[in-house]
Amino acid sequence: MKIPKLLQAVIVLAIVYYGFILVFDVILDHVIPSSLLTMYMFFVVAGVFMVFTATEEGTRELVAPVKALVEDPNKKMIRNVVFVILPLLAGWYTFEKTRLSFEAPVELRTIHPAPPTSMKAFGKRYNIIKLENPLRKLEKMDLKKFKEHVTAGAKVYIQNCHFCHGDKLDGKGPYAAGLNPTPANFQDVGTIAQLQESYLFWRIATGGPGPPKEAAPWISSMPIWQDFLSEEEIWQVILFLYDYTGYQPRSFGHE
Amino acid sequence: MKLKNENRWGLKVVDVAFLALIFFLTPIIISGNFSGEFFNIAAQAAEQAAEPAAEGGDAEKATSLYGPAPKTTLASYPTVKGVNSRIVIWLVAQLHLWFAAFVLAVPIFVFIIEAIGMRTRDRRYDNMAYEFIKVSITAYSLTAILGGLLLFSLVLFYPDLWSYLATIFKDSMFWYAVLFFAESACLYLYYYGWHWLQGGDRKWVHLTIGLLLNAVGTMLMFLANSWLTFMMSPEGVNAAGVFAGDIWPAIQNHLWNPINLHRVVANVAFGGSIVGAYAAFKFLSSSRAEDRAHYDWMGYTANFIAISALLPLPFAGYYLTTEIYAFSQQMGITLMGGIFAWLFIIQAVLIGALFLSANYYLWCCMGRSDGAVRYYKYIKYIAIVIVAAFLVWFTPHTLVLTNEELKALGGPYHKYIGPFGIMPAKNTAVNLMILATFVSFLFYRRANKVATVSWVNAGNAAQVALFVTGVINIFILGVYYGYFTNTVYKIAASIPQVCTTLVIIVISILIDSFMYKNAKEVAPLKWGRVPERSQYALFLLAVSFTWLMGLMGYIRSGIRQHWHVVDIMRDNSADAFTPTMGFAANVVSIGAIIFLSMVIFVFWLSQISANKTEPQNYWVPEAVDGIASTGGKG
Repeated sequence: MKIPKLLQAVIVLAIVYYGFILVFDVILDHVIPSSLLTMYMFFVVAGVFMVFTATEEGTRELVAPVKALVEDPNKKMIRNVVFVILPLLAGWYTFEKTRLSFEAPVELRTIHPAPPTSMKAFGKRYNIIKLENPLRKLEKMDLKKFKEHVTAGAKVYIQNCHFCHGDKLDGKGPYAAGLNPTPANFQDVGTIAQLQESYLFWRIATGGPGPPKEAAPWISSMPIWQDFLSEEEIWQVILFLYDYTGYQPRSFGHE
Repeated sequence: MKLKNENRWGLKVVDVAFLALIFFLTPIIISGNFSGEFFNIAAQAAEQAAEPAAEGGDAEKATSLYGPAPKTTLASYPTVKGVNSRIVIWLVAQLHLWFAAFVLAVPIFVFIIEAIGMRTRDRRYDNMAYEFIKVSITAYSLTAILGGLLLFSLVLFYPDLWSYLATIFKDSMFWYAVLFFAESACLYLYYYGWHWLQGGDRKWVHLTIGLLLNAVGTMLMFLANSWLTFMMSPEGVNAAGVFAGDIWPAIQNHLWNPINLHRVVANVAFGGSIVGAYAAFKFLSSSRAEDRAHYDWMGYTANFIAISALLPLPFAGYYLTTEIYAFSQQMGITLMGGIFAWLFIIQAVLIGALFLSANYYLWCCMGRSDGAVRYYKYIKYIAIVIVAAFLVWFTPHTLVLTNEELKALGGPYHKYIGPFGIMPAKNTAVNLMILATFVSFLFYRRANKVATVSWVNAGNAAQVALFVTGVINIFILGVYYGYFTNTVYKIAASIPQVCTTLVIIVISILIDSFMYKNAKEVAPLKWGRVPERSQYALFLLAVSFTWLMGLMGYIRSGIRQHWHVVDIMRDNSADAFTPTMGFAANVVSIGAIIFLSMVIFVFWLSQISANKTEPQNYWVPEAVDGIASTGGKG
């Protein structure tokens, strides 16, 4: 028996929809965000209908049941039922989407607040565009010394940072659950791997209150570390972050 | 008409020489060797005056021909009751840009189509080129009116900014005005002389005017681009904004060339889409079979132009964004990781919509030939690739999560979807979308033909091998270099990715051209035999382009945030804040609606200009006869 095109389209869409949920929510155990799933499905629907209406024959077959429903005098009863059910479904969906709830509204948080072009720390002004990690050059010049700085950075990290950012640098420290937004996950490919070291220096040195107006909307509870750490300690901890995660800082110059 | 070969060759030489002049002079101009003489404005004296200011770090005390950038207060911004100056500037500038992009783009492809007509001696090309330029001629006056309105608005609402920019760019502004006259002269001569300058040498003269029109138009755009890119990446001034006196560094600022390149390509894509919408409008409103065939062909050509320019556009955009990042990490992060990142998601959706509608149009158009049936079975696979790539393309870096989802994930990071949010994934996706679109085009080209060469199987196998190895290469570059190396390679990997895509396209076209050189036509293309829904895909293309341009125009300008000129001249007006995304999207949408309404008006004008009404019993017959008998001399 040949399955009508309209039913084929619905089956394909159902398979894709539940496929996403099966793969992410069940197999991978990482839920797919509903906002993203809605966006995905919108374009999957568009794609499916484009394929089904690419030819004249396909279009005719696809709309035939709809046409019959509207025009065929023998389908009066089912027509009336559909015409009642469809607006009710739309109304129910709208109601569900707009009704008040006790759920806190979602926040459009940005991953990286934009840095200023220059910053003040340790009593001097730094040009963030040109600022480089003074210890980075040791990686090629004196590897032993470089490793010492990385080890020193690890100590600084464990003593000060791991409570929030976690001992695996994955943003899951013991205090992390109490914070919103949660601390940055340095293992994620979208955080320090995308940034220059000068950016990290700025964020660490100036902490939560650091971001300028341009960085809004931004909320951060990170301490102002220039009050607790030396300039060298901050550069050391930056070396450690990249060394431990295996990422390289963003740079525009070739090696 | 018999051509006079000698004169024709003479004119060809003129054309070639002119082209050579443009192409050889451009790099010289760009390299800066040409700067001093052309824009010489007491440069050395001013430089000497400005230097101590820069060195001493106290520019304001320096003796200079030029002062520092104005420090404005709220009182520096005149207001008109009930008018929001920022929205006025925003809408007028955007409308001016839309029309300007259109009128600059149309002559580029009109010139090419006219040349193809001359080469093939197929009059249909000439007629189509004329119809294209006819559409742009009304838009030209609207561009000028809106340009004037923009100038008035700037002078009125932002006098200090205007006077600061005019101080630096006065010379180029003067030449801009002169070039505008030159462009008008070329355009009117090109359009009104179309039927006069026909055949033999005259046609060459006409084509040369078209070339001049394009050269002048492009120079105009480049000059205007330098003003806006100066506001984003100022050069030629010191930290206090004191102009050093040499206009060339200010023109050739960091973002000038990236914007120039991006705008030329984008204009062609946009212009093609608007003309495509015009053809669709005419197709749907025509009842005669010949007219429908003509406008179907016109729509197809316009779509071909738009898509040909759309394919390299993501790369031009990527180059621009990379340069923005390189110039200022702050602007780059604001753009891609900060507040504007959400608008980039809308941008990604619109770009995807462009690809989807372009492919849908091609699939529908395959119905022009009965031979296309062979390829219908592949459409679903192309669609799967495009939709899958599209989903990766618009997956945001920062996910919108409900509290429950946030709890379930243990934070805002998604282990599996998160990596789709960064550029290596997007570059890979867009390359695949481009290749899938190209496959649609290949199938469309083959729809009515069967290759007769003996090596047809080998040729097809070579093409399949080319695609497979190319796609594997794109994946390796995107996944390995994109995620497992440092950012230098991450960014650099996008270049071989693009090259791979281009190589696949070029070699594939070459193989196809030889393979189908003397191909047997099995089912001829029947122009006009397309479903009406395909024409709505052309409308969708034009609407998406328009909206996209408006959105990206706002983002490009908006990343300056509270600066008129970044880090040099601060915006202290009441509107010196970044509006909410919803508000910005509304303004952009209203602008797009106004523009599209004006475009429909332009289409309608071209429609009524072809209509003639012969009123009954309106004119006195004797008077008409009298004029006729005296030859119209009274």
